[in-house]
Amino acid sequence: MTARIYVPRDSAALSVGADEVAKRLDEVCAARGAVVEIVRNGSRGMLWLEPFVEVETPAGRVGYGPVTAGDVESLLDAGLLEGRAHALSHGLVDQIPWLATQQRVTFARMGLHDPLDLDDYRAGGGLRGLERALSIAPDEVVADVLASGLRGRGGAGFPAGIKWRTVMEADADQKYVCCNADEGDSGTFADRMLMEGDPFTLLEGMAIAGIATGATQGLIYVRSEYPYAIRTLRTAIDIARVDGWLGPDVMGSGRAFDIRVVEGAGSYVCGEETAMLESLEGKRGMVRPKPPIPALQGLFGKPTLVNNVLTLAAAPGIIADGAAAYQALGMERSRGTQVFQLAGNIARGGIVELAFGVTLGELVEGYGGGTRSGRPLRAVQVGGPLGAYFPADTLDVPMDYEALAAAGGLLGHGGIVAFDDTVDMAAQARFAMEFCAVESCGKCTPCRVGSTRGVEVIDKITAGVDRERNLVLLEDLCTTMTDGSLCAMGGLTPLPVRSALAHFPEDFHRATEVRP
Amino acid sequence: MSAYAPWSPQAAQDLLSALPADERLILPALQHVQAAFGYIPDGAVHVVADALNVSRAEVVGVLTYYHDLRQAPPASVVVQICVAEACQAEGTRELVGAIESAYDVTLGNETHVGAVEFDKVYCFGNCALGPAAMVNGRLLGRCDMARLEAAIESAQGVRS
Repeated sequence: MTARIYVPRDSAALSVGADEVAKRLDEVCAARGAVVEIVRNGSRGMLWLEPFVEVETPAGRVGYGPVTAGDVESLLDAGLLEGRAHALSHGLVDQIPWLATQQRVTFARMGLHDPLDLDDYRAGGGLRGLERALSIAPDEVVADVLASGLRGRGGAGFPAGIKWRTVMEADADQKYVCCNADEGDSGTFADRMLMEGDPFTLLEGMAIAGIATGATQGLIYVRSEYPYAIRTLRTAIDIARVDGWLGPDVMGSGRAFDIRVVEGAGSYVCGEETAMLESLEGKRGMVRPKPPIPALQGLFGKPTLVNNVLTLAAAPGIIADGAAAYQALGMERSRGTQVFQLAGNIARGGIVELAFGVTLGELVEGYGGGTRSGRPLRAVQVGGPLGAYFPADTLDVPMDYEALAAAGGLLGHGGIVAFDDTVDMAAQARFAMEFCAVESCGKCTPCRVGSTRGVEVIDKITAGVDRERNLVLLEDLCTTMTDGSLCAMGGLTPLPVRSALAHFPEDFHRATEVRP
Repeated sequence: MSAYAPWSPQAAQDLLSALPADERLILPALQHVQAAFGYIPDGAVHVVADALNVSRAEVVGVLTYYHDLRQAPPASVVVQICVAEACQAEGTRELVGAIESAYDVTLGNETHVGAVEFDKVYCFGNCALGPAAMVNGRLLGRCDMARLEAAIESAQGVRS
């Protein structure tokens, strides 16, 4: 009997040796005469256990991790192929509480199969959404997206259905669907994992969006820092074309929709939708004023649906299973699930998909297990480089768009970065300004110049130079940046700075005051 | 790295004239030049401008805007260190400090140390397994000096 072993091909797993483990397994099994099939699956998202090796048994899949190439012999000796016990065993994967208590909707298929096996994708319910979208009228598809309550997962949380409807109703000879895969926020990796681990879901979501809005061309703008995702997507697109669900005649419907991958060039601000459109046109990634909104005048001046990876990836499930099932999850105006990403100094980092409303503490302390260093947790940054820092004693905030906004933060793309008590929050505030200075597109003076001035003022404050006056100046600068910038880069950089100042003032007052 | 062709205006012209219609734009044109020659020399600016019928100023504008586009050849081993928040929480500041003292350099962008080049970048999406780095396109997690040096050595081995 051939034993089936799964070794992830996700780049996070590769970064800690998954390829070496797969190679070693192959060699040792061959030497022992054991017939095995090694499947390179996506990652389950339990990143602290990577490389996470699974073996299929009659009772279900049994998982082992973190496995190194050096563990392979001892795992096989212990009976890995039969799923037997070993120090690295975590038992039946479906029963691991960390995973079993999640509500995986967008990430439902993640880690189960070879991401590029279309038969597995179909067997897991794939392409039902696109089939249904082709069998009903476009406005019914849009009505379902509206009814689901799905909001843009890129950070702004704009109702997806309204964008879809606007593009659908626009009259033009050419429309586009642009997937924003410029996932530049530190602490976020859900887009990358989905593109590497379940690319067909994204392609299907884009095809549904194309069919619904009347767009015939899709583009995925992927950051250059994600070379593995780019390769996987390009291969997946080729497979979908050969299978006939991308191209001039989608599933024999007579309607055209094709997708191409465009690689970014290392600019954070190109994750802002209008800067992304400029970059897709081959220009400097400068932010455009709105209006006109991209839904009416987007790429090359044509109506363009711009959605994040996770927004588009939610569409197949919503269209296949109906809006009600999705809408039933979540709280208040945040419906469905959010793919949270636990990162930084955290014991159990990875992907936690849950309905909106879980608290920050349940995520960081519960799922995350506190800091990896074992030192006390001091701060948590939510929502990327433009998100607020929360002190460790304020983690009871529920994770939904409005509740986080009320608590002075933002959900962003769902990234959560934990810091232990060795963190210097004045250095983190300085970094926020420094990052803005490096990455500002330069369009708005408050962002372009203000960020550089911000670094200088924070340096004076921490050095104790005329501290009180410089604190007033910094506050004034933050107000100018917030009010005087077109996009979130300059507009939200003050958020981490102000939250660090508000919650951790002692870090700014370390040096003895010096009068100039 | 010998993977790159030596700069030649004629080869660049041929490359650009073969581009498909949807890539006849400044950024993709520059990306193709860089992929072929390793960098974008000054002489490439007017070649790209002529091929796309745009001004040289527009080409320079794009060339100097994007961090990825480089105007000098890369070293044979390119090491990119993530210096963003999640990796900071996992010790990237200390890693950068260790590199700086081991190689006696101040890490900026395109900092060359012999045949090795160190760049600071923001985020590879490996934020639960930081500090993250990339060595000639290969992602590394839980990076420390030992892992980094082993990866550099192996990249140098592949080259020679």
